[in-house]
Amino acid sequence: MLHLPSFRYLAPRSLSEAVGLLAELGAEAQLLAGGTDLLPLLKRGQLSPRYLVALAGVPELSGIRTAAEATVRDGSGLTLGALTSIAELTRQPVLRRHFPVIGHAASLIATPTLRSMGTLGGNLCLDTRCTYVNRSPLWREAAGDCLKCTGDVCRVAPGDDRCWAAVSSDLAPAMIALDAQIRIAGPRGERVIPAEALYRDDGLSHLTLSAGEIVVDVQLLRPTGVCASYMKLRPRASFDFPSLGVAVALRMAKDECENARVVVGAVASRPLRIAEAEVILTGHVPTAERLSAAADAVHRAIRPMDNVDLPPGYRRQVARVFTERALQHALRQVPARAGANGALTPGRQN
Amino acid sequence: MKSTIVATVPPALQVDDSAPGDRWLTVDMTVNGVPRMLRAPAHRTLLEALREDLGLTGTKHGCELGECGACTVLVDGQPRLGCLTLLASVEGRTVTTVEGLGTTAEPHPLQVAFVDRGAAQCGYCTGGMLLTAAALLADNADPTEAEVRAALAGNLCRCTGYASIVAAVRQAARMVAGGASHPRSGAQG
Repeated sequence: MLHLPSFRYLAPRSLSEAVGLLAELGAEAQLLAGGTDLLPLLKRGQLSPRYLVALAGVPELSGIRTAAEATVRDGSGLTLGALTSIAELTRQPVLRRHFPVIGHAASLIATPTLRSMGTLGGNLCLDTRCTYVNRSPLWREAAGDCLKCTGDVCRVAPGDDRCWAAVSSDLAPAMIALDAQIRIAGPRGERVIPAEALYRDDGLSHLTLSAGEIVVDVQLLRPTGVCASYMKLRPRASFDFPSLGVAVALRMAKDECENARVVVGAVASRPLRIAEAEVILTGHVPTAERLSAAADAVHRAIRPMDNVDLPPGYRRQVARVFTERALQHALRQVPARAGANGALTPGRQN
Repeated sequence: MKSTIVATVPPALQVDDSAPGDRWLTVDMTVNGVPRMLRAPAHRTLLEALREDLGLTGTKHGCELGECGACTVLVDGQPRLGCLTLLASVEGRTVTTVEGLGTTAEPHPLQVAFVDRGAAQCGYCTGGMLLTAAALLADNADPTEAEVRAALAGNLCRCTGYASIVAAVRQAARMVAGGASHPRSGAQG
């Protein structure tokens, strides 16, 4: 049977206490929110922290606020506490109405029970995953250990001196596409960063959090005219982490796309913004040809590794298809208006 | 009556030092309507506590990694995976296991329907299926087949008896609608 290794349990009652504990305990501590990512890592011996700091009793991390007090440009912002359950993200009426892509991406995570246990902050900070490391100790020992777990070589790309484990959050690409802001508390106070800046392309340390820092909440702003979509590829329709995730967001003004975000998950250690695709869309009428060109740009830009479910070549092909479909889906959400100049008609079904 | 149960202590864990945090915890909870106090190591999971400390072996060890649903129990009426829930996190909460859903003399409508439909083959997933389904019915008294399948998406049956399981859940919903009582339904929290 798989037992948890022993650890010391701490349950801070405030954010300042939690930050203080993390700063004091340093690298020997792990944060526990829903536990659905951390506990399997502990059971498989991928991590062996001396301390677990449980966040459930930290009130500052809970709740969804329509944010009069947050840094809002247009008065329609929303603040999602890091401890908000993934299931809650799928249910929240205000989220469903203004940011449906978040609820949709959340609904594609794991299973109903895991969604009601797992949290927003936990999904954003989900450890990177790889077929060579998310295994039993016996399997890892037989295959030879890897960079991410006490070994000294990457089993996916043995010639490289880095870990290629894949970012596996479904919410991260969607949050980056919406230009969400992440509020972080740490020993030196608070800072707010774009969601994109939470990540770096290093499978061993893919979060840019410094020692003692905790994700507090996610702030969403809604400039008018933004429509977004997320598509996820995985072997089964439940349980599985993404083999590929594509999030897009378009800010439309009349028939033109003013601003575009195209973000791909599970093909690198961080969610990748595909600048080439964004440039193709920005400042233009999103014709079928342009969507196709943007999808081609995604296909050119990504290099999936053979480290999660489904073959890399297939995932790259599907990234092209998903980008085009996600863009079409996003455009259908633009409030109905007569299309012109060959633009895909917003509001059209199918 | 309140009983205190102390988990069996591996000798290596009895060492204490002055480091911060607790290596051992005392947890108060209500299990199937009975108040319980457990003293256990901080790394005890709810699944281990239920089976090994309280002897409630209806909750099954499956994958132990959150990938099968066999260890599903209700915490305050909501399905939780016992293998990924620390005992420490259920302090003050109400836990319902399959033993608390119904009795042989007075089964829950879901249990009656599972028997009627032959919805248990080897039976290993059944406890988790029943509790997940009980929470669904508490939330949605008349689920469609698609809703039942979606709600049970995290409970694997390796006998692959899903068709009977889905039919049994819908039959139980009809039984409840027709006036069947649900004794001590944990899904009410």
